[in-house]
Amino acid sequence: MIEIRNVSHSFGDQPILHDISLTLSERRIAIVGANGSGKSTFARLLNGLLLPTSGEVLVDGINTEKDGKHVRAKVGFVFQNPDNQIVFPVVEEDLAFGMKNLGFSKETIEEKTVEILTRYDMNHLREHPAHLLSGGQKQLLAIAGVLVMDPAYLVLDEPTTLLDLRNKRRVAAALDALEQTVILASHDLDLIADYDRVLVFENGQVVIDDVPTNAIPAYEKLMS
Amino acid sequence: MNTKSIVYIALFAALTAALGLFPPVAFAGLGLPPITAQSLGVMLAGAILGARRGALAMLLFVVLVAVGLPLLSGGRGGFGVFLSGSGGFLLAWPLSAYVIGWLLQRYKGANFAMQCLFVSYGGILVMYAIGVPWMAVIAKLELSKAMTIMLAYIPGDLIKVVIATIIARGVRKALPNI
Amino acid sequence: MLDMYSPGTSVLHRLTPGPKIFALMGLGTALFLTESTYVVAGALMCVLALYRLAALSLRQVWNQIRPVLWLLILFFALQWWLSGPMLAAFVVLRLATLLLLAGLVTLTSRASDMIDAISHGLKFLRPIGVNPAKVGLAISLTLRFIPVLAQVTAEVREAQKVRGLERSVIALALPVAIRTLKMAEDISDAIDARGFKS
Repeated sequence: MIEIRNVSHSFGDQPILHDISLTLSERRIAIVGANGSGKSTFARLLNGLLLPTSGEVLVDGINTEKDGKHVRAKVGFVFQNPDNQIVFPVVEEDLAFGMKNLGFSKETIEEKTVEILTRYDMNHLREHPAHLLSGGQKQLLAIAGVLVMDPAYLVLDEPTTLLDLRNKRRVAAALDALEQTVILASHDLDLIADYDRVLVFENGQVVIDDVPTNAIPAYEKLMS
Repeated sequence: MNTKSIVYIALFAALTAALGLFPPVAFAGLGLPPITAQSLGVMLAGAILGARRGALAMLLFVVLVAVGLPLLSGGRGGFGVFLSGSGGFLLAWPLSAYVIGWLLQRYKGANFAMQCLFVSYGGILVMYAIGVPWMAVIAKLELSKAMTIMLAYIPGDLIKVVIATIIARGVRKALPNI
Repeated sequence: MLDMYSPGTSVLHRLTPGPKIFALMGLGTALFLTESTYVVAGALMCVLALYRLAALSLRQVWNQIRPVLWLLILFFALQWWLSGPMLAAFVVLRLATLLLLAGLVTLTSRASDMIDAISHGLKFLRPIGVNPAKVGLAISLTLRFIPVLAQVTAEVREAQKVRGLERSVIALALPVAIRTLKMAEDISDAIDARGFKS
């Protein structure tokens, strides 16, 4: 469970989020909103990449400000552009990066590398240069690189925006199959149709908080 | 050293390598250092990242070349490079970047002409002060002769100084928090 | 593009890079201490034998020499003129031997193993504030960025072509610099998000 208590955030003197309080306990939560509505900032607060200017964020009771390292092990984060997330030149090296940071043993790293590559049908790409992967493969690698760290939550910031339709579906299917709690910021409304809860951001506030069948039509009306 | 600084250092080492993809102009006797765009990377590293990070970016680049990665223009790399005519120039890069960064940080209010002067101080003077004697020793040339040959490189280097200064100013304006 | 590694299973391939780098440094120094052309010629033969041992082809030998061929010819001519053919042969053979030796290490070591070896070797610098993990990260990132930069440059060049600016170095370099520096901020976030301590 992630608790957001009276959280505000601003960059310099520019306010981004105003006094948000939420409790996130559903398995599939979507965040939608126009560009600049504050949803990316909100997503980054959930794993301590950003710290609230005021208020607090608790992940399973752990304060993101006080124990950032612990929080980041619990909450994995996937960025919009996989090119900005893949750190290492070769697929297997990149997969190992997060696990090494968590101090996993060599055997565990090997085991998990094989497991995740098999899951995403990428075994043949193990020693492949990461920059030569297709857009969809890159995003799957970015997701895989986070999943091998065994997070309980996965926060994704528009992971399908840069993908074509086929790769979008591939990534969506991968997300559907996850047992982790997924918090997805996205412009793709068909991706979130069967989610448990939709949060609509507008001018730094949550203006709609409902199930998709209610929230999506309301959001479309808001945007028109 | 925070993560962002590490990434910037790597970025400028990579930028310098990428500048090597422009084909070098070899002339004036083919054993001499070719004219390449790569020294632009040195100036940019110092001018944009500042003394310490700029120098570390160039040190990283030099180490990667030394262990054999073909990052120099024309796909050159390996310990052998230091034994060729351009070895001294390469070794001067970290210090060059440091001097540029230090001068620009020290005199923050300097105008464009002054900034160009600072960049050329590190990017030309410091580089030649190490590179030319090194070349003279390796190729067994007299120092005065080596210096005469290097005069041919000055115009190209001056152009690079102006380009580097303009780019650095533009970047500082767009991203003041580097 | 970056890895000059040539896959194989020889003794030299299986050796970790650390000893190979030390051997290279040691032999390189030794070559500079000797004055004898015969010793250098012998060393060259040994190095060629090692290429054979590593199952590397003559073509790969040639590839090590080719980039500096003109330099070797120049040195040869210069030394012949200054001090005669013996010294000319000596200088050029020594340089060729060193280049081949350095190339041998590169050809039989994967870049990633080499980087691990460097990071490991840097441990003794810890007391003066060098963190091997950070150095290792910086090296990997550099290798990762080079193709990305080439790609960004190509994209910006295309965009500037539309505006007739493709010949302007500044119109090309400034957007590339700004875009990649912004990207660097995201990457830094991504690294922290994956638990890297800084």
